[in-house]
Amino acid sequence: MKEIQRTIKYEADRVPGFGREVMSVPGCEKLKDCIQCGTCSGVCPLSIYMDHSPRQVMALVREDFKREVLSSCTIWLCASCYACTVECPQQIRITDIMYELKQRAIQEGFYPKRFPIPVLAQEFNRMVHDHGRISEGRLVTKLFLKTKPLEAAGMAGLGMRLMKTGRFSLKQENIRDRGDLARIMEAMDAPASGGNGKD
Amino acid sequence: MKYGYFPGCSLKGTGRAYEESLLPVLRHLGVELVELEDWNCCGATAYMAVDEGKACALAARNLALAERGGFQQLMAPCSACYLVLNKTQHYLDESPAMRRKVEGALGTVSLKLSRQTPVRHPLDVLLHDVGVEAIRQKVTRPLSGLRVAPYYGCQVVRPYATFDDQANPTSMDQLLKALGAEVVDWPLKTKCCGGSLTGTLPVAGLRLAYLLLKEAKKRGADAIATVCPLCQFNLDAYHDKIAARWEPVRLPTVYFTQLMGLAFGMPAHTLGLQRGFVPLELPAPTAA
Repeated sequence: MKEIQRTIKYEADRVPGFGREVMSVPGCEKLKDCIQCGTCSGVCPLSIYMDHSPRQVMALVREDFKREVLSSCTIWLCASCYACTVECPQQIRITDIMYELKQRAIQEGFYPKRFPIPVLAQEFNRMVHDHGRISEGRLVTKLFLKTKPLEAAGMAGLGMRLMKTGRFSLKQENIRDRGDLARIMEAMDAPASGGNGKD
Repeated sequence: MKYGYFPGCSLKGTGRAYEESLLPVLRHLGVELVELEDWNCCGATAYMAVDEGKACALAARNLALAERGGFQQLMAPCSACYLVLNKTQHYLDESPAMRRKVEGALGTVSLKLSRQTPVRHPLDVLLHDVGVEAIRQKVTRPLSGLRVAPYYGCQVVRPYATFDDQANPTSMDQLLKALGAEVVDWPLKTKCCGGSLTGTLPVAGLRLAYLLLKEAKKRGADAIATVCPLCQFNLDAYHDKIAARWEPVRLPTVYFTQLMGLAFGMPAHTLGLQRGFVPLELPAPTAA
């Protein structure tokens, strides 16, 4: 049977300060100027699959509905095509706001488990962090085994054809100065002197 | 003409046909590319989704390597690399605190960012540095009768590119015409191909690839020309799945550099054309 859900939000659902916090991040400031025209939702090639349209996400962030935004699949459906960003009449960098929300959703563990997109983002980063380069074959294989093990077999055909055309390899690519890259990343983790890097 | 060359991970993997065609074509036009020593992954769309600061530092290491190598300009053929490297420069310019932090981190390994290194796409270089006329002069086997839909995708024209129009880019159109091809007018030039969603969420991602193929076919295209390894992959590798879900829309998708090579008289196998799933068929040369 269909479950009944409350569709109207309560004041108590808000997390006061969330919107202001997001709007203080460089690149996200202009969210305050949103006029709710819906151009972003109209040009977004993926809005038809979203639970909240981009326009709604903008409104929800501004009104502090943190949980609704961070657990929404909208932020993960954004493919970073930047159509909304260039079309927005208020010059709001919607794609960058989506990135900011993705980061927060990962940090705070809000995304649906086994949902492949955030898992891909994290596996991707781990590989870059450790090796400096992406080996696409390895990355995709890992992703499928982690999120859709049953479908991995169905992808074998594609893998074989790619291998035949010389486009698939499980070999891990590496940069030479991996130690340098690790030191750069470590330095980015250290607290900044005189600022949090997000002024 | 000499440029630092940032291939990116895809041009060494699934998109290697792009590199295989780009290098000889540019050499033929007198453009010298020198691969950036020890370059690392640009971070693409995934790193920015996890950690903004590290994403910046990752891309900035490449810019610093270009500076250390003495390159005045850097060429990035992959759309994601092109966007991320440009985006990082914009971001560091706009956020002094982030710049201080990134410069400090690069300093721990004696790298520095003291100047801007323009990051350019091959389309930009071919059109504005080499010039359409010089390209036309190299054509020995015009692509007459081949109807091509020029597909720019998203991240080459949005939001940082200044070399072409964001809504209706025409640089590849001009290039293809110079090769003798017939350019198909279609409205989806800059629509998203589905990006990495074709793998992670096929129901949504593949639909976008399907719509592009369907429209190009409807408009009478024999092939789609692309500038990005992910676009090429999405439009070439999933025909079986697309046919099973919607309808067959088989159409070859090739790199614009492969078409240039063919028009310059280079053999198909030296341009990586054997790596595509849907083979490109050229119309028989018409008798003069």
